[in-house]
Amino acid sequence: MSTQLSKQELQHLIAKRVAKELKGPCTVNLGIGIPTLVAEYLDDDQVYLHTENGLLGVMDVEEDKIDPNLVNAGKLPVGEAIGSSFFNSADSFAMIRGGHVDVAILGALQVDERGIIANWAVPGKNIMGVGGAMDLLVGAKKVIVTMNHTSKDGQSKILKECTYPITSTRSVDMIITELAVFKVEDKQLKLVELMPGASIEEVREKTEANFIE
Amino acid sequence: MSKIKQQVEDALLCVKSGQTILVGGFGLIGAPLTLIDGLTKKDVKELTIVSNNLGESGKGLGILLNQNKIKKGIGSYFTSNRDVGDKYQKGEIQLELLPQGTLAESLRAGGAGLGGYYTTTGVGTNLANGKEERDIDGVTYLFEKAIRGDVALIRAHKADRLGNLVYYKTARNFNPLMATAAKTVIVEVDEIVEPGQLDPEEIVTPHLYIDSIILAQQILTKEGVVAR
Repeated sequence: MSTQLSKQELQHLIAKRVAKELKGPCTVNLGIGIPTLVAEYLDDDQVYLHTENGLLGVMDVEEDKIDPNLVNAGKLPVGEAIGSSFFNSADSFAMIRGGHVDVAILGALQVDERGIIANWAVPGKNIMGVGGAMDLLVGAKKVIVTMNHTSKDGQSKILKECTYPITSTRSVDMIITELAVFKVEDKQLKLVELMPGASIEEVREKTEANFIE
Repeated sequence: MSKIKQQVEDALLCVKSGQTILVGGFGLIGAPLTLIDGLTKKDVKELTIVSNNLGESGKGLGILLNQNKIKKGIGSYFTSNRDVGDKYQKGEIQLELLPQGTLAESLRAGGAGLGGYYTTTGVGTNLANGKEERDIDGVTYLFEKAIRGDVALIRAHKADRLGNLVYYKTARNFNPLMATAAKTVIVEVDEIVEPGQLDPEEIVTPHLYIDSIILAQQILTKEGVVAR
């Protein structure tokens, strides 16, 4: 059933599921792509959103209030919540690297069966950008990865081993795709939930990595 | 002597070929667009530019890139300008990619007179290649060198005549760090006020860091970069 939804609908399905994991009070950093959509599904006013370009207290902005100098890490316009603060990039990354951010939601190109991710470089292409991905992986107390389960050509993105350069040696804590939710426990993937419309057979077929059912 | 310069050319007199220039901004947000525009009109080459990105295609530092004035870029996210990849493929530019937090902290360290510092960011990845690792209390850290520049070009919201600065929203980003980490620091601002008009409690960059001040003539709006 899930395959009948559009790519965008699937992304929202994932974002909505991530939002259920976020219980305040906590500080959460949202990455670029699907993670950005998570903000739309938050209903806990004690979930404080941090963006590494220098704002704690990110919120949605109405079209007529867009300020070109108020953006998130994806350079998309955002608003400032009541109680928000601005800071420089070193302070922002001290929050991340110093272990003061509770949860990071990140996209990934690949994840392996120990929960190690690759999300910044593709072999054979110029290595051009890393941004804050490596910082968030070493510093956030909990990391949740959102990704499509398979690549455009149908290959599993949850692999025995990443073929792309890894972002950190740290295992993430949770992986949420349009098909399934995995937790990483003792460097092993554990299937904890099927997403709406997904079957265990489909998850088995589209997951190269070993996982505990 | 007044720090306020009327002409961009005067403010940029200190910039010479071959120097390392720190340029503030996260993409075009908080980038010193007037000073960058001044650099595109100045006869300089072989610059090493330290900036999170090299602008966007044909905008901000992207113009300087297309003029082949940049020998090397040090930053965290060059992907935002596709021209960088093309130049890199042709061997026309060297790139040093750093995690964004490392870029920021290296500038902070540079400004604070440190030689470098140890961080866990990047350990075990390709960006650790060639860097010293050290075990501290059972955790592996990577040594990262401090970054300092010959000149910093930065953007703030307001300056007083002494050079005290306040910033605006997420346009702050790397600017206060770069203000501390170069021999000569030039700031462009939306407004210049008299000393005393900025609340001392709100000043983010104290004036001792600042050498020259100009009024911004190129600003970022919803419609893009426009002349003021």
